[in-house]
Amino acid sequence: MSVGAFFQKYTMVIALVLVVIFFAIATGGNSLMPGSINNLISQNGYVFVLAAGMLLCILTGGNIDLSVGSVVCFAAAVGCVLMDNKVNMWIAVLAMLGIGLAIGIFQGFWIAKVHVPAFIATLSGMYAFRGFSNVVLGGFRVDITNEQFLMLFGGGRDCYIPDFIRQWTGTTGKPNLTCLAIGGIAILVYVLMTVRKISVQKKLNIHQSIPGQIVTTALISGVIGFIIWQLASLRGFPTVLIWIALVLGIYQYITTKTAIGRHLYAVGGNEKATALSGVKTRNVYWFAYASIGLMAGLAGILTAARAKGIDPVYGEGYEMDAIASCFIGGASAYGGIGKVSGMIIGAVLMGVINQGMNMVGVDSNLQKVVKGLVLLGAVVFDVMSKRQKR
Amino acid sequence: MAKILLEMKNITKTFPGVKALDNVNFKVEEGEIHALVGENGAGKSTLMNVLSGIYPYGSYEGDIIYDGKVCKFSNIKDSEKLGIVIIHQELALVPEMTIGENMYLGNERGHKFAIDWNTTYAEADKYLKMVGLSESSKTQVKDIGTGKQQLVEIAKALAKQAKLLILDEPTSSLNEEDSRALLDLMLGFKKQGMTMIIISHKLNEVAYVADTITVVRDGATIETIDNHGAEPVSEERIIRGMVGREMTNRFPKREGVAIGSTMLEVSHWTVHHPLYPERKVVDDVSMYVRKGEVVGIYGLMGAGRTELAMSIFGQTYGTNISGELKIDGKPVKIKKGADDAIRHKIAYVTEDRKGNGLVLSQSIKVNTSLAHLDAISRHMVIDGDKEYAVAEEYRKKLKTKTPTVEQLVGNLSGGNQQKVLLAKWMFAEPDIMLLDEPTRGIDVGAKYEIYCIINDLAAAGKSVVMISSELPEVLGMSDRIYIMNEGKFVGEMKAEDATQENIMALILQSGRGA
Repeated sequence: MSVGAFFQKYTMVIALVLVVIFFAIATGGNSLMPGSINNLISQNGYVFVLAAGMLLCILTGGNIDLSVGSVVCFAAAVGCVLMDNKVNMWIAVLAMLGIGLAIGIFQGFWIAKVHVPAFIATLSGMYAFRGFSNVVLGGFRVDITNEQFLMLFGGGRDCYIPDFIRQWTGTTGKPNLTCLAIGGIAILVYVLMTVRKISVQKKLNIHQSIPGQIVTTALISGVIGFIIWQLASLRGFPTVLIWIALVLGIYQYITTKTAIGRHLYAVGGNEKATALSGVKTRNVYWFAYASIGLMAGLAGILTAARAKGIDPVYGEGYEMDAIASCFIGGASAYGGIGKVSGMIIGAVLMGVINQGMNMVGVDSNLQKVVKGLVLLGAVVFDVMSKRQKR
Repeated sequence: MAKILLEMKNITKTFPGVKALDNVNFKVEEGEIHALVGENGAGKSTLMNVLSGIYPYGSYEGDIIYDGKVCKFSNIKDSEKLGIVIIHQELALVPEMTIGENMYLGNERGHKFAIDWNTTYAEADKYLKMVGLSESSKTQVKDIGTGKQQLVEIAKALAKQAKLLILDEPTSSLNEEDSRALLDLMLGFKKQGMTMIIISHKLNEVAYVADTITVVRDGATIETIDNHGAEPVSEERIIRGMVGREMTNRFPKREGVAIGSTMLEVSHWTVHHPLYPERKVVDDVSMYVRKGEVVGIYGLMGAGRTELAMSIFGQTYGTNISGELKIDGKPVKIKKGADDAIRHKIAYVTEDRKGNGLVLSQSIKVNTSLAHLDAISRHMVIDGDKEYAVAEEYRKKLKTKTPTVEQLVGNLSGGNQQKVLLAKWMFAEPDIMLLDEPTRGIDVGAKYEIYCIINDLAAAGKSVVMISSELPEVLGMSDRIYIMNEGKFVGEMKAEDATQENIMALILQSGRGA
C-alpha cells in the first residue's frame, strides 16, 4: 500500500490519534487518566447504541432517523413511570425495548411500504414522541429509585461489575482482577480470530499484507489493554460497557456476516439491481428502521439509568450525535458504504473532542462550532477522495 | 453547389477502452435536411454530442468548422449561441411546468431576478404557432400528448434562434400520423432556409425527408448518399450501407450441442405500460426456447424486447400482464418479484449493467453471490470462505481480468463488468437465461469471450434467450431468431434462412403496415 493510500484509508484513525495526543498534552495527561476514560464510556453509551442503528439506515441510501432522540425520551419516560408505580423492573425494561421496537416498525412501515421519505416520516416521529414524552411525564421529571436497574444499566458511582475474583479469593484492593480477566479474554479471542483469518487467507491464497494485519491487531490489542488497565485500576468494568459491547458486536456481525447485512449494502449501492437479484428491497428498509427503533429503546434505558431518572427534554439532539458519528466514520451519504468499525471511530472522536474541550474549558457554544466543522471536514474529505478515483 | 454550413473534419473520440468515432468526416450544406443513419452504437449520437459541445473541445480530436469558422465549444451554451440546437431522443421537458416555462428554462426572458412572464408567454405562443400547436403556452406539459410534447421541444429549439437544428430520433415515440406531421413541418422549415440534421432508424422517413444521407458504421462515416433525385432513394440501398460489414470469424462456432425438449414456452403474452396502462408494450407474443438452444430476439430499441424479458422475469416490468407460461411443459404462475422467478430457475441479465445490474460500490465477490446468497449461507449467516471460493471459481471460469475478487466492480472495464454480471446469474443456477444486450458497449475482444460463454451455457443444456439490436450478433449466435417490432413478433426464422436484408425488410414492412 502506498503512503497516500494508507493515509486515505486510515485518515480518521490518524485524526483520532492526533486529537487524543493533543488533548493529553493540553490537559497535562488528565484526559488519559482512569476517571476520564471511565467517563468517556459512561457518557457516550447512548451514542454508540444509536449510531449502530443509524448506520443501518444510512447504509440503505443515506436515509437517517430523526426521531431517535424523542423515542429515547418517550421509551425512558414510560419505563420510569412504570417503575415509579412499583412495576417490576424487568417488565419496565421490556416495555422500553418493546416501545422502541414498535415505533421502529411503525415508522418503517410508512417508509418501506408507503414510500414516505424517511426524512419526513421520522421528522413527524420526532415531534410526536417528544409530545408523548411530555404527556407521559406530565411535564415533570420522574426519578428512578430502583437500585437494581441503575446497577445493571450503569447509572452512578457503583455501577460496575463486582470483582468476583477478589471476593472469591478473599483479597481486597486494586487493580480489579475481574476486569483484567474479562479484558484479557477479550484480547485473546480477538487475537485468535485474527490468526484464524490469516490462516484462511493463506489456505485460499488471498494476498493481503500479513505483517500489516499483525501490526493492526497488536495496536488494537494494545489500546484495549490500556483502557482495561485504566478501568481496572479505578473501579472496574462499568456495566454500561457490557451493553455497548453487546450492541457493537451484534451489529458488526449483522453487517459483515449475514444475508440481511449484505442486502443493506446492496440496496444502498444499487436498489434496482438488488431488486432484480430477487431481494425484497422494501423489507430491507423496514428491517433497518425496526432495528434503530429497538436501539432507541435501549438508549432510553441507558440514558434514564445514567441520569437516574428522566426529564421531558432528555434525548434532544441525540439523533444528530448518532448521524455525525456515522458520517465521520466514513459512511457514505449516498448509502452502500460504511462500517461498524468506522462508526466506532467516529463516535469516539466526537466523544474525545467533547470531553477534551470540557476539560480544557472551551466555551460550550464554541464546542458546537468545532463539532460542526469536524463533521463537515470529514464528509468533504470523503467526497474529495472519491472524486480523485474517477 | 450551396454553401457548406458545417464541416466536421477528422473527428476521433475515444472512451476508455472504446474508439467511438474514428476519423469521421461530415459535411452539411446550408438549407438542407441531412440524415444520419446507422445501427445502434454506430456513433451517430456521439458525433452529435461532439458537435453540440456535450463532449467539450479537447476531449476529442479533429476540427469543427461552422459558418466558416473553427469552433471550440466547451459546453452546450457555446454551441447554442451560434444557433446549433440539439433535440434529444428522450424528451427533456419538466411535466409539472407550463409549456412556456419549459421553453425558456435556462434561457429566461427579462432579468435573471425578475422574469418577464408576459414576454415569455407571448413569445412562446408565437413559436408554438410556428410549429402548428394551438395550445396555450400556459398549459402544463403533462396535460399534452407525446406528439405535441415533441413539437414543444422543437418550438423550444426555435426560441433559441436555431440555425442548425439537430433532431435525434424525433419520431421514435410518435405514432404514424404525428410522425408524418412532424416530417412535413421539417420540410416547411427547410423552405424557410433552416438547416437540419435528423438521426433516425426509420428509413422510410429518412428517404422521404432527407436531401442527403450519411451512413455511419462502427464509428466511421461509410458513405454519403444523394437523395435530391425525383425518385426517393430505396431503403434497400440504405440498408446495404448500414449493415454491409464483413463478417469473418467474429462468432465462435457452437458444435455438437444437442437441442432438447422445450424448456420455456410463452403464449399470448401481453404487457401494458406501467404508467399508461392503455398502451400495450408487448402485444400477444408467443415464443418458446428449448434446452441447449440459443434464441435471438432482434428488434430496434423501443421494440418491447426488454419489457418482454422483464415481464417474464417475475413481472418486474409492466401492468396487466396476461398470457401463459410453461416451464418444462408444466404451466406455471410466477409471482411478482424477481425472487420467485429465480426460484423457477429463470435468470435475467440486465441490459444496463451499471444502472440495474451491478452494485458498483461493492466487490466482485459480493456481486457474484448476491442473487443466490442461500447457497453460501446457513440460517442467513454467510460463509465467507465459501463465498470467496465461489467468486474465485467464476473469475477463473469466465477469465475475468482482475487482481482479486475483492476488487470493487466499479473499477473494472465494461467487458469485465459484464462477466461479473454473467457470473452472478450463472451462480444462481438457472435453466433459462434471458440475456439482454449482453455485449453492449464492450470491445470486440471481450465480445468474443462473452460469445464463448454463451456457447458454453448452451452446451451445458441451458436455454438461452439473447436479446440484441446488433444484427450480425443475432445472426452469428442464434439457432433461431424472433424479430420484434412495436411490441409484436413480426417474424421467426431459422438461423440458416436469415439474412440481414430479409430481417430488416420484415421490420420495415411491419412498420409500414401499421
